[in-house]
Amino acid sequence: MDHSSLAGRIFRGIALAMVLVFFMFPIVWILLMSFQTNEQILRIPPRILFEPTLANYEALISGQLRTAAGNLQISFMRNLMNSFLLSSASVILALLLGVPAAYAFARFKFRLGETIAFTLLSFRFAPPLLVLLPLSLYYQQLGLNDTYFGIVWVYQLIALPLILWIVRGYFEDISPDIEHAYRLAGHSWREAFTRIAVPLAGPGIAAAGLLSFIFCWNNFVFALILASADKQPVTVGALAFVTASGIQYGQIAAAIVLSVTPTLLLALYAQRYLVEGLSLGAVKG
Amino acid sequence: MGMLEIRNVDKVYHTRGKPPVHAVRALDMDIRSGEIVALLGSSGCGKTSTLRMIAGFESVSSGSIALAQRPIHELPPAKRRVAMAFEGYSLYPPLTVRENIAFALKAQQLSRSEIAQRVDNIARLVEIEDILDSHPRALSGGQQQRVSLARALVRDADLYLLDEPMGQLEPQLRAVLRGRIKGLLAERGMTAIFVTHDQTEASALADRIAVMEDGVLQQFANERELKNRPANLFVASFIGEPPMNLLETTVRRAEAGFRLTAGSGMAFDIPSQTLAPAAQQALAQADRIKVGIRPQRIAIGSGEARLRVVSNQWLGDQSHVAGECAGHLLVAVTSSRVAARPGDVVPCALDAKNLHLFGTDGLCIRHAEAR
Repeated sequence: MDHSSLAGRIFRGIALAMVLVFFMFPIVWILLMSFQTNEQILRIPPRILFEPTLANYEALISGQLRTAAGNLQISFMRNLMNSFLLSSASVILALLLGVPAAYAFARFKFRLGETIAFTLLSFRFAPPLLVLLPLSLYYQQLGLNDTYFGIVWVYQLIALPLILWIVRGYFEDISPDIEHAYRLAGHSWREAFTRIAVPLAGPGIAAAGLLSFIFCWNNFVFALILASADKQPVTVGALAFVTASGIQYGQIAAAIVLSVTPTLLLALYAQRYLVEGLSLGAVKG
Repeated sequence: MGMLEIRNVDKVYHTRGKPPVHAVRALDMDIRSGEIVALLGSSGCGKTSTLRMIAGFESVSSGSIALAQRPIHELPPAKRRVAMAFEGYSLYPPLTVRENIAFALKAQQLSRSEIAQRVDNIARLVEIEDILDSHPRALSGGQQQRVSLARALVRDADLYLLDEPMGQLEPQLRAVLRGRIKGLLAERGMTAIFVTHDQTEASALADRIAVMEDGVLQQFANERELKNRPANLFVASFIGEPPMNLLETTVRRAEAGFRLTAGSGMAFDIPSQTLAPAAQQALAQADRIKVGIRPQRIAIGSGEARLRVVSNQWLGDQSHVAGECAGHLLVAVTSSRVAARPGDVVPCALDAKNLHLFGTDGLCIRHAEAR
């Protein structure tokens, strides 16, 4: 496309800037808030210029929340660790289960195959509240309540369908004859899967893994109901900032910045990889 | 001793909610060691299914396949000692052309210099030396096809399966490569089966041609045999360019045999002594049969029949004359130039001894006299 007219280029620049401001403003504002005290934040009118403070981050990292009513113990760093642990374990488990399953759905037509695949997908669009009550009852019976294993298991409802359906599409795009050629050259079916299919679907697997990591990271309701304080992720842990004596905006902002950073870094890193993967994905030939 | 023995093989595809598709029916084939065989047929005739059953990507519904005296139809593809070039090329995208070809040799545990030597030799044969270090996605369809062909031919295998090996190549290169590949296969005594829908390619490359239609092997013979002694109506009309002229005739008994009448003023006398007993019986029972005559066997310029010319084309080495004769549209081919314009009436000869006779079941009951 050639937008050579000056007016067109200016208009495009303005439009892009507006979109950028619209999406970036909340993030920038939160970043600014995280370096301000509660008093500075609540000033009217708000000011762009302020004296930055690291007090919010200190409070989070040391676990001491200073409020007007006194000091509160918070376990934000532990929550962050939990988030990381739960999301990673869930994604790893979902990849181990989901990638072979996606391959099976892509390559083989079997009885009830489509029905099973669709049922798995339907877990994604059923509201979590629908399953929460029976699930928590089951978990109490089974002793899975408030265990990492139990939460990782329930996170499979989020991660597994996503990985299954995204990766399946990538496998379907790879011509089965590429694997056939490999197998004819004296390799087993399993080798064709691990050495040919998985590497070729690599970008897709990475994208699916990343997406499901973000979805797991953002989950609130499962962990709220099924985990107690020491197993809770940041999404639930952030509730602690709503204290009896007021809402600690500065610390919430700092907590958000800290909890967004890992996924943001992951996304930025994977973005480069995904673009590389897209140009490599021209397999169909 | 047969290299490949296919015995009574059936392939049925079952899809839920749809009637089963019988892709290959009761296939019997024997291929000799060092033989090059073409599977020829229109798309959906079962030729690719047959190839994939031999390679092991499709299971055999019933029957057996043996390669070099080993039953292979239940072995995994890796153990069949079969090499294949795929229609869709199927190169490994992250590897260069050189690595793609060498990759096929990895399982054979050859020395590095041996591998390099073989890759260079096969690359020269299919003219891809200059793209050995490119990646498949940078190549044209024709180049990818040659790489795929090289990757199959570079291996040591009991049988080489080539699925439409030259479909994407330019005609000139195709002719050159055919000759070279045939040379390579013959020199090394390699047994090969290739799938094609191109008759020219089949006759140029293959020792024998298996004509398939509707999952059934119609005839398995060399090109000359297919042309001169077609087994049935399908082979008769499918093989040959332009196709055989087919006429519907009514059968009547005559003094010394049978008289076949094809419309007003066109009749053929078939003496009984040119017919096998079974053919005589078939004719005696039939009211109407089809007869066929090759365009090359219709003589233009002499004879009693009259052909009203519809079109006349000189192709540089032969004339194709199409015209109407006793209510039938006929095509005749002569090697000399015919000076007739559309609308002209020219004499032509349709000799009864040049007719192929087909029974009511479509099988050929008498072939034209050999020339």
